[in-house]
Amino acid sequence: MLFDHPPPEVIDRAGLDQLVKLLRADGYTVIGPTVRGDAIVLAELANGADLPDGIGVDTDAGRYRLRRRGDRAVFNHSAGPQSWKQFVHPPRQRLDGPETVHRYAFLGTRPCDLAALAVLDGVLGAAPHPDERYLARRDEIFVVAVNCVEPGSTCFCASMGIGPKADRGYDLVLTERTGHEHRFLISAGSVAGEEMMDRLSHRRASGGEIAAGLQALDDAADSMGRTMPEVDLRGLLVRARRSDHWEEVANRCLACANCTMVCPTCFCTTVEDTTDLEGDHAERWQRWGSCFDPDFSFVHGGPVRETVGSRYRQWMSHKLSTWYDQFGTSGCVGCGRCIAWCPAGIDLTAEAAALAEKEEAP
Amino acid sequence: MNRPTLAVWKFTSCDGCQLTLLDCEDELLAVAEAVEIRHFPEATRKDLPGPFDVSLVEGSISTPREVERIKRIREESGLLVAIGACATSGGIQALRNFADLREFQRIVYPHPEFLASLEHVTPIATHVDVDYELRGCPIDKRQLVGLLSALLKGRRPDLPKGSVCNDCKRRGVTCLLVEGREPCLGPITQAGCGAICPSYGRGCYGCFGPSGSTRPEALIPVLRGAGLDDPGIVRMLRTYNAAAPQTAAVSTELEGAGDDA
Repeated sequence: MLFDHPPPEVIDRAGLDQLVKLLRADGYTVIGPTVRGDAIVLAELANGADLPDGIGVDTDAGRYRLRRRGDRAVFNHSAGPQSWKQFVHPPRQRLDGPETVHRYAFLGTRPCDLAALAVLDGVLGAAPHPDERYLARRDEIFVVAVNCVEPGSTCFCASMGIGPKADRGYDLVLTERTGHEHRFLISAGSVAGEEMMDRLSHRRASGGEIAAGLQALDDAADSMGRTMPEVDLRGLLVRARRSDHWEEVANRCLACANCTMVCPTCFCTTVEDTTDLEGDHAERWQRWGSCFDPDFSFVHGGPVRETVGSRYRQWMSHKLSTWYDQFGTSGCVGCGRCIAWCPAGIDLTAEAAALAEKEEAP
Repeated sequence: MNRPTLAVWKFTSCDGCQLTLLDCEDELLAVAEAVEIRHFPEATRKDLPGPFDVSLVEGSISTPREVERIKRIREESGLLVAIGACATSGGIQALRNFADLREFQRIVYPHPEFLASLEHVTPIATHVDVDYELRGCPIDKRQLVGLLSALLKGRRPDLPKGSVCNDCKRRGVTCLLVEGREPCLGPITQAGCGAICPSYGRGCYGCFGPSGSTRPEALIPVLRGAGLDDPGIVRMLRTYNAAAPQTAAVSTELEGAGDDA
């Protein structure tokens, strides 16, 4: 595993504050992690002090808790309740009116979420029918990625072939180093990133710092809390269409749609028209939809997918299998949000493993 | 121009859903102009005869007279919309479906022999065809205005059947259950309120009733994990929509299991 060339530079914690300040001065709305209530959410940062300061998370299936860390880490927390999807593909948007496009800077986008943005680009931004609104939002974004040195217990991006190191899709990339000196290795991934680097107070990274950063990422790859089974998932899900496992999952599934809402690549929407009482004014609104809703597959006579098992099968099969047929990639990036934020604690990696096991020993 | 006619009817209920229509302060004049209100006991003594293009029906069917009355209203109405938890599942008074009616009557009334009550409280749809349902205790003002606007234009109203979790996630409200903050019925409850309670850090208490894909049985282990014992879960399931069939089946089973133990 190699860092990009030229070798990374180093900024300190004040350098991170300076980065937020410079991005805001350039007219960006800076979005990053910040503590709100009992979770680390993604929201506008007024300055670097809005970032988490020594707050980590403990996650597990159906569980998420903040905890105070022994250090001042900013980015060492995983599987937050929100993803960057909400900024490029908003939960609600009016389709028949003009839209103010924010110039967003994303600060702290992890490799799983960079991959998710690339997946959304393939779904919403690609020919022959690109979503022009999506493209307009996406074009403006300055991305500061963060390599993931501390994956959480619901993370499995390494087994999806994605993280923990960002390899493309960013303007700048940081690797956070806590310890006796809190600092960030920083590299540019674009001309805009290089120009920003020139304006930041930074120093050259020592050989030791670079090696330690690389080692941390190697260790991170081995410390993912979960692993997707090493099988041909695409084929497995196709063959599992009639498996009795779907009804077993359905017994635990709430059909509440949380997995689809927190998924950084789930893109489905529904469209509703509104009129006012006088009938002088009409609007067309799009909002996030979910394949777990009975309305989702409703056609004349009722929903096509009547059972909860058939809906879970649809979701999992699309993520891991039919997404390849449709868009040429996996729909899952291994971020683990669907595991942590499922109130019932249903674990996509465990369900995949169970399907694989049942196939071997039916 | 002949305006569409509207009637608002009250059955066994607290009037809170009718009040929601009066609470539409900004829209109330527009409503009154768009439709001719011919019957609305909470608002006016005026009581004009039918037929009515749209009837909004509040309240549950709790007495023999109400059974007859709702049939007459159905005959006189073009579209009939049941509004509120009482009209759509029986409401809080349906708690007596789980108890001994005569015992309650003896405790409350000096002369229970004058009462004419049905053995069970039932929603409007048990007795007549219902075209649309507005859920909630009380109903949501935006859904009400949205429904009237849609019906005036001959549009299908936007009444999503998914869970409250959809609204939480779209609003960026983080999950009370997963964060271990509050027991919450959001995953099994129908959206439409805009996730009011969770947005204030309170667990959903299910006033919109079961969602279109509700799975209360799958929520029981989650609620146990959130610190509720089984009698606590039964109490949580038995509030405003206690008699909704899916929820009632689960609360009854859970209560039965407790009695056996």
